[in-house]
Amino acid sequence: MKFWSLLRANLGRHKRRTFLTIASVALALFLFASLRSVITTIGMAAQFGSARRLVTTNATGFVLPLPVSYANRLETVPGVEKVTWANWFGGRYGDGKRFFATFAVDAKSYLDIYPEMSVPADQKEAFLQDKGGALIGVRLVNLFGWKVGQNVTLQGTIFPGDWTFTIRGVYTPTDPAINDDALMFHYDYLDERAGRPGNAGWYILEIDKPDNAAQIAKTIDDQFRSSSAPTKTGTEQAFNASFATMWGNIGLLMNTIGLAVVFAILLVTANAMMMSARERTRELAVLKTIGYSDRLLFGLVLAEAGLITITGAVLGLGAAKLLYRATNFNAAGFLPGFDVSWGTMATGGVIALVLMLASGIVPAMQAARLPVVTALRSVE
Amino acid sequence: MALVEIRDVYKTFTRGAERIDVFTGLTLDVEQGSFTALMGPSGSGKSTLLNLIAGLDRPTSGTVRVNGAEVSAMTPAQLATWRSEHVGFVFQSFNLLPVLTAFQNVELPLLLTRLSKRERDERIRIALGVVGLDDRMDHYPRQLSGGQEQRVAIARAIVADPTLVLLDEPTGQLDAKSSQEVLTLLARLNDEFGKTILIVTHDPAASGRARRQLHLEKGTFVEQGSLVP
Repeated sequence: MKFWSLLRANLGRHKRRTFLTIASVALALFLFASLRSVITTIGMAAQFGSARRLVTTNATGFVLPLPVSYANRLETVPGVEKVTWANWFGGRYGDGKRFFATFAVDAKSYLDIYPEMSVPADQKEAFLQDKGGALIGVRLVNLFGWKVGQNVTLQGTIFPGDWTFTIRGVYTPTDPAINDDALMFHYDYLDERAGRPGNAGWYILEIDKPDNAAQIAKTIDDQFRSSSAPTKTGTEQAFNASFATMWGNIGLLMNTIGLAVVFAILLVTANAMMMSARERTRELAVLKTIGYSDRLLFGLVLAEAGLITITGAVLGLGAAKLLYRATNFNAAGFLPGFDVSWGTMATGGVIALVLMLASGIVPAMQAARLPVVTALRSVE
Repeated sequence: MALVEIRDVYKTFTRGAERIDVFTGLTLDVEQGSFTALMGPSGSGKSTLLNLIAGLDRPTSGTVRVNGAEVSAMTPAQLATWRSEHVGFVFQSFNLLPVLTAFQNVELPLLLTRLSKRERDERIRIALGVVGLDDRMDHYPRQLSGGQEQRVAIARAIVADPTLVLLDEPTGQLDAKSSQEVLTLLARLNDEFGKTILIVTHDPAASGRARRQLHLEKGTFVEQGSLVP
């Protein structure tokens, strides 16, 4: 610590350059943490799902519906304990700039199957009783200032027209992977206004034992194989993971961009460090004359690089962690549970260390190997 | 026994294909507590001799001993430690670190010791007091005159209580008044504090303050004078 004043003075020599270098490192690690968090959040979403829940979709593609009449037949499959279904509604609120998910669900069975959605008992009851009622995620309350009892009108994109709902309840997810900015309303309301087509978007089934999942899925799909709407059944995790695989190449792209940014900043930092050491050739020679050893000068120059990169890392990673938490960021509902994990923070810390070594080692070695007589003669 | 013993030293530089023999068998003794001026034309080897004594450079052959320690045989790490304990060096162009105050510049050699913060502070105040700058401790080099900068450099050279103070043209960049102040200070360091001083200079006024003058020409002492036996 006794060399602290020397380190601080050297860093303060070109305040603007030091500030910009620290800011570059901070920005690089902020971007790295952000991009990596997208990947980890998608990965987390892929792992979400109860092992006791199966999802049944249309075998041709999950955007195609299944008859709602399948519900009764699914309930009779051995091992299936509960059945519910949902439809993607695709409503738009206001100018539509802020997207959020809207579903029509079979309310009672849906809430039964998803205990991770916590709703106050009185609000749950009010929602179940009102066919025109809606249940909203807690984020929408904060986002739009909506209140229980308020009427909200959405413009249907798949089902045209104005759709007005009365907010009857607010749910809070107990699992961060569950979207907290969705709006759900009664399937009956949708089916009625759409002219009773009797379609379900997808089914969610609760089964008795996770070990029976494969057998139950096979039984269901075999049962509907020859029907007009064959099914594809899998675990909820597999269903979510199928969305994650759609992001696969994006994940690779994000990793590549993140590392490219870090590498670019490495060059900037290394250049700044080398410039700083080169400007101080005379001073380094003077310190050697006083008795500063090669090893000590190596350590001091490396410590300067360390102070810059570690300060940048603390600022960049800290800002990413705090900013996304404070704003409750979830990419307009696309990345529920978005958070900069401690694993990402640790990886960022390791990158900062590598950055410190890579940017500081060359100027540190140059300082240590500086031939003092030549250096003094060249500037005397 | 002399404090500095230089025995049969050869020093050769090569510049491209050219070979320059600076010293060919140089021998010199510098006594403890002496004040010696080393004079001579440019290129005569004055600064090279100073560098050899300070362990900043190595002789091609021969030995350099200071206070019994063979400087010419030490490793770079040993030399660094030895320099921090035994040598105070003053340059022509002061060479203070511009980002540090006078106080912090003088502290630099003490950072290499095991002294506590309190002990370091005490020593710095004494050193700056000796050079008459105890009221300029918090000034940066750019806020000091050339003479004051050189006095801070001298304070830095003596603060760790070295065995030997080496000065390379210390008055070379100073006006006459500042030169006199620095020379008076050096004489005081020698008289009052018993410091062994070896000064390289072109300045007759500076050499006049020394008790012994050595004239170096083409790597050989051509004349030696002593005002005090």
